[in-house]
Amino acid sequence: MAKPNPQDRYYSRDHEWLIYYSDGTALIGITDYAQEMLTDIVFVDLPEIGRRVVQHATVAVVESVKSVSDVFAPVSGEVIEVNSRLEETPELINQDAFGEGWIVKMIVEDPEELNMLLTAADYEEMLNEEKE
Amino acid sequence: MKQTPLYEKHVGLNAKIIDFGGWAMPVQYTNVIDEHRTTRSAAGLFDICHMGEIEVKGPQALDLLQLVLTRDLAEQKSGQVKLSALLNDAGGIIDDLTVYKMEENSYLLVTNAVPKDRDLGWIKSIQEKRGFDCVLQDITEQTGKLDLQGPRAEEILQKFSAADLKALRFYHFCKTHVAGFEAIVSRSGYTGEDGFEIYVRSNVVGQLWDKLLSAGAAVGLKPCGLGARDTLRLEAGMMLNGQDMDETTSPLEVPYGWIVDEQKEFIGKAALTAKKKSGLTKKLVGIEMIGRGIARHGYKIFQNEREVGVVTSGTFSPTLNKAIAMGFVDAACSAPDTPLEIAVRENRTAAKVVKLPFYKRLK
Repeated sequence: MAKPNPQDRYYSRDHEWLIYYSDGTALIGITDYAQEMLTDIVFVDLPEIGRRVVQHATVAVVESVKSVSDVFAPVSGEVIEVNSRLEETPELINQDAFGEGWIVKMIVEDPEELNMLLTAADYEEMLNEEKE
Repeated sequence: MKQTPLYEKHVGLNAKIIDFGGWAMPVQYTNVIDEHRTTRSAAGLFDICHMGEIEVKGPQALDLLQLVLTRDLAEQKSGQVKLSALLNDAGGIIDDLTVYKMEENSYLLVTNAVPKDRDLGWIKSIQEKRGFDCVLQDITEQTGKLDLQGPRAEEILQKFSAADLKALRFYHFCKTHVAGFEAIVSRSGYTGEDGFEIYVRSNVVGQLWDKLLSAGAAVGLKPCGLGARDTLRLEAGMMLNGQDMDETTSPLEVPYGWIVDEQKEFIGKAALTAKKKSGLTKKLVGIEMIGRGIARHGYKIFQNEREVGVVTSGTFSPTLNKAIAMGFVDAACSAPDTPLEIAVRENRTAAKVVKLPFYKRLK
């Protein structure tokens, strides 16, 4: 069973999460549900610092033994930090998708885009609908 | 999608089910790495009921098989298994299959799941054209197949097998009883481990599955899916039909030269001889990634900005803890240690040619 989805952040329909900080930056990762679907994550392709991505564009790639999955930027912005621990220990995402397994930190270009994201409750509702 | 007799068992075990060539098959029960390592260290049980079984019987059964298969079967003894290729007129691989000699004039062909009907149609057409006196029968539906693979496989199966498995050599089989059911037990597999391929009637395969799993649990046996089967076979340097080769692939271009016996006549031989004469342009090689990244099926291979090939299979190797692959490269780039670059998304990732297999078990 997936861990509960924390209330302190936004969610995307593509199973990313985003924590928005008061300094205009955001931490981004994939949800516990997503890591459960991917199972054994063995490689994470991280972007270069300074890369600018638009909303819904690929910001990182997560690979399990069998599959290759894009991580889409929930909002537009510039990558200012990556979780370089994932280079040696990609399984951090499996172990702690909402915490230690974060993927990138970005400067949010347009906070208005956050309005297009889901709350934890909306995201859970979406998951329940998918299951049905 | 077609289902094997074990489909409900897989659903009950919470397996992730995928479409494999029209079959609803378990790709994993827990996760691929766990199932892979279980097979290498203890034992794994695989549902292989989707593969094809074709009987060839009659006074001219051997004549027919000698003509359609690349391997010389003249010296094959009853109880022996031989891997062979089935070629089209152009020398391309229709299927790679195993030939079981049951007794004189009686053979069992074990084919890949996807090309089975193509195999049957092709062999039948040759038989009819040449008027060989023998009968072909597709017994896939009546046949259940389980692969029990890994270092503890013998110990687990011996609890149920009437035959003494110690005496059964690699690539040999016996007709025996397993858990009271009539069975063919072959010491062979697709994982690079010691193990068995077990054939029983499809209506008892579910009972055998349950018995093996419960008896084997104590020594670490687990059900394993096609995901682990794929990483295991790739580490062992074995190719997958339809992915590493197709009907345009010559057995000379892949590591199948050893199953082509050129001293006999067979369909496709003229094309192979011509190909040998003109020289091979591409070869399938083992590839190890040096840079970060995993090569996947279809990724392009470069050398100094020049495209020299394509990846056919690639994965993260759970045993070696690194990314490995197979692919076709220009013959000039096929020597071990040749530097290559793999196009992984927008990057070129360093790699090199290595000898197959990637993994060999200690005897």
